[in-house]
Amino acid sequence: MKKSALYISLIVGAIIFAYPFIWMIFSTFKPDGEIGSIQLLPELWTLENYQSVFDRIPIEKGFLNSIIVTAFVTVSVTLFGSITGYALSRLRWKGRDFLFSLCLFTMMVPFQITLIPTYILIVKMGLTDNLAGLIIPTMVTAFSILLFRQSFLTIPQDLVDAARLDGCSELGILFRIIMPLSKPVVVTVAILTFVANWNEVLWPLIVIREQGLMTMPQMVALFAVGGGADSSIGAQLASALLLAVPVVLAYLIFQKHFIKSMASTGLKS
Amino acid sequence: MNVKLRKIVKPGFLLSTPYILHLSLFFVYPVVFSLILVFNRWDVVTPMEFVGFKNFIRVFSDEVFLQSLINTGIFLVLHIPLQIALALFFAVQLNKKIVARGFFRTLYFLPVVVSGVVVTILFQQLFSYDTGLINQLLNKVNIGQIPWLVSENWAMPSIALMATWKNVGLYVILFMSGLQSIPTDLYEAADLDGANAFNKFFRITLPMLNPTVVTVIVLSVIGGFSLFIEPYVMTGGGPMNSTLSAVLYIYNQAFSFGHMGYAATMGLFFAAIIFTVVTVQRKFVEADYY
Repeated sequence: MKKSALYISLIVGAIIFAYPFIWMIFSTFKPDGEIGSIQLLPELWTLENYQSVFDRIPIEKGFLNSIIVTAFVTVSVTLFGSITGYALSRLRWKGRDFLFSLCLFTMMVPFQITLIPTYILIVKMGLTDNLAGLIIPTMVTAFSILLFRQSFLTIPQDLVDAARLDGCSELGILFRIIMPLSKPVVVTVAILTFVANWNEVLWPLIVIREQGLMTMPQMVALFAVGGGADSSIGAQLASALLLAVPVVLAYLIFQKHFIKSMASTGLKS
Repeated sequence: MNVKLRKIVKPGFLLSTPYILHLSLFFVYPVVFSLILVFNRWDVVTPMEFVGFKNFIRVFSDEVFLQSLINTGIFLVLHIPLQIALALFFAVQLNKKIVARGFFRTLYFLPVVVSGVVVTILFQQLFSYDTGLINQLLNKVNIGQIPWLVSENWAMPSIALMATWKNVGLYVILFMSGLQSIPTDLYEAADLDGANAFNKFFRITLPMLNPTVVTVIVLSVIGGFSLFIEPYVMTGGGPMNSTLSAVLYIYNQAFSFGHMGYAATMGLFFAAIIFTVVTVQRKFVEADYY
């Protein structure tokens, strides 16, 4: 009896979380007049919503821009995050502790302070309406440095010393000895950076005005808000679904890593 | 690199230079510049004009600013308890011996990874007054339609509901790991003392989960003050500014009206509020545990 109540509550939960997505998927195949109906399956299957998305906005360009930005940022955050994390954990030098405190401090400063001045900096650098204006400000993140540093501290000093005796350079030690032993943290940083950047929409809205340079979430958001969809609900939902597909696919393939990585953001506070 | 140079420039410093440069440019400079901006009026195009404390005075006399604070407060008051209760409920259920735990966990977590834009567009339809799925279901059970996004009183609660739906999966995971870290001998000892399930939950489980509860509150406060795309897409901050969030107001002041100085001043205020709340909360946990 108790067991069945447990499963009923879990299944109700599952329906609450999954049904809106299922409804959305089927609605994108309905003509606009049918979307308001309570029936889940379309009576008349149609692709006109997708046709209308591709006709009205260059969403394939948005997809490409998002891929470029996300790929650059993810590689860069992993690279510079690990290099700095290494310098802050396994090397002794003057100023190290100060830099680490500063790094921790940056995580405590809310972005509302830096938003406007960073935009002005981007204007001065001439990087508005430029994908570089989206990439450069997030090329290194304090959180990735922190994650790498914590993980690198657990690697035995003997390994590092042995490599150093063999004449390995610092970068050699990092990339040949330490990184291969730190795969979980690399996966965590890569996933967090990928998801955060794929979904980021405030900063692109500020920096990019030219449609051909917009990221996919930005384009989809403006399509829904700016009347570009001419109140066609089906087309809005179709564009939203196209935006969700890459992240959902990645999530379903690497779900355990996703859950573990994103739960680690809870430790941030 | 020759030996002499190596002695002066330590490899640790050398490897950190990309970060130091980035930090100077995209953290130190913006923070310093924001402290200049708050004393100026500037639209980026014409020269900056020094206005002293005018921006600060304006913050305190701006009714819309106050409204955005109240809106954030309403959001947090609804969102935080609901989120904690639901996350705790599902976490406790999922921690029992059940089949298909992974399946349920995967589903509950799905909205967390999906973009806020997707969730917002989806819920805009679900919340629709006449044709929305939620109102149609409410009609079926004779509760009647609720003016989710069209009424001043309902719009912010609607956004809080949606945000709870989107984020709760993350907190389910955090509570699950919190639950697993509670030593089982505590429950065994309670059993020996004849404690019932109710007492065990409120005397052992909940106090032991205090750090996780604080994490949820802290992340929700940060999230509440960062709310942007939901009102931007769904309501544009309306009706009657009832969903105007902190960041949306900063965005409008800066990019619709070109009031960079005033927008920066508000940013400073919101940040100070977040900082205070987070610090106070951390003090609470520390007081309890050390």
